[in-house]
Amino acid sequence: MTDAVEVKTLIIDDQEVSARRGQTILEVAREHDIHIPTLCHVEGLSNVGACRLCLVEIKGSNKLLPACVATVFEGMEVVTNSERLRRHRRTILELLFAERNHICSVCVSNGHCELQTLAQEQGLTHVRMPYRNPQLSVDASHDRFTADHNRCILCTRCVRVCAEIEGAHVWDVMGRGINSIVITDLHQDWGSSTCTRCGKCVQVCPTGALFEKSKIGTDNPKNPDFLPYLNLMREAR
Amino acid sequence: MSKLKVATVWLDGCSGCHMSFLDMDERLLELAELIEIVYSPIVDAKEFPGEVDIALVEGAVASVDDEKKIKKVRAHTRTLVAMGDCAVAGNVPSMRNPFGPEAILNRAYIENTTTQQQIPCVVVPNLLKVVRPIHEFVKVDIFLPGCPPSANTLYTVLTALATGQPVDISSLTRFGA
Repeated sequence: MTDAVEVKTLIIDDQEVSARRGQTILEVAREHDIHIPTLCHVEGLSNVGACRLCLVEIKGSNKLLPACVATVFEGMEVVTNSERLRRHRRTILELLFAERNHICSVCVSNGHCELQTLAQEQGLTHVRMPYRNPQLSVDASHDRFTADHNRCILCTRCVRVCAEIEGAHVWDVMGRGINSIVITDLHQDWGSSTCTRCGKCVQVCPTGALFEKSKIGTDNPKNPDFLPYLNLMREAR
Repeated sequence: MSKLKVATVWLDGCSGCHMSFLDMDERLLELAELIEIVYSPIVDAKEFPGEVDIALVEGAVASVDDEKKIKKVRAHTRTLVAMGDCAVAGNVPSMRNPFGPEAILNRAYIENTTTQQQIPCVVVPNLLKVVRPIHEFVKVDIFLPGCPPSANTLYTVLTALATGQPVDISSLTRFGA
């Protein structure tokens, strides 16, 4: 066996591309400026394929695959944008909006929210399902940050960044299905948890679920771009 | 060509969408060549007319009165436009939904008052259990999110509707815009 990189050739949206073995469809697509919408994926963290927005069609299979975790194979033919996929993506977004209380107009992340931006990008102008309007808590016990569960979409970016990058694993998910919520430690208040106050979870949160106190509104977009840099520095060490 | 009959309706909203409508400023004069406002909180007509080409509806459905109104509007309107986030998604009025109408009535008329503590029960319409967007009651033809949709958005959409041109709503506005 040699260490030579194994090259796979595949087609994404009628475009012939080559990829390294083990690369995901999303990685290869992004390398070739092919846009696949994502929500739970963030550059620099592991992928969980939770949001299903990056679903793509593979020729010869009637199953849709999440591009963030599906790896390429030789001769693969991928379609990233079809009426069927657009319909599924819109439906996923509608379900996210209906699940909790996403009131964009009064949200701290209005204007720089990934859920809001995706809705606009996918041409979503209204939600067909009835809103659930659940009663959810807001944890403002931390002196620097607030967790508003009304806006949480359970992407688990906070859980992953805390465990994988900060190494603290303060965040986790509690409950099952519709009753799931993100928690700090064993469901203690964020303020009295073992939080290291690094704030990475706030920066990667795609919505207004986690935010920095006194830094709200359109002037304060989040910056998850530091992650690839951190990983690069780690590898260099 | 006869002018299009346009109505605007105000349900449970803050009137911000109507302010945005007025913010079209001098463009309202251009629009007046194409449309005629036959019913609106800002004109004198008291009864919803028998036939309307375009109805712009602001606000969510929050009371029995809103429900009655939206059904009447639908019955007499060719193109019904949900104008703004309240009509489209419930928005701020729907923030009472997790708590229910009793809780907010108590808060407003009992807990936060020092004199005449009583919940109004005459003249004002009863509140519905939950505030809902208008498309949960009637068919909506065009959804125009935004809080409020900008004057530009309203102008572009109204002009397109009046001249029969297609319009891409998502390129103009979004939830919370």
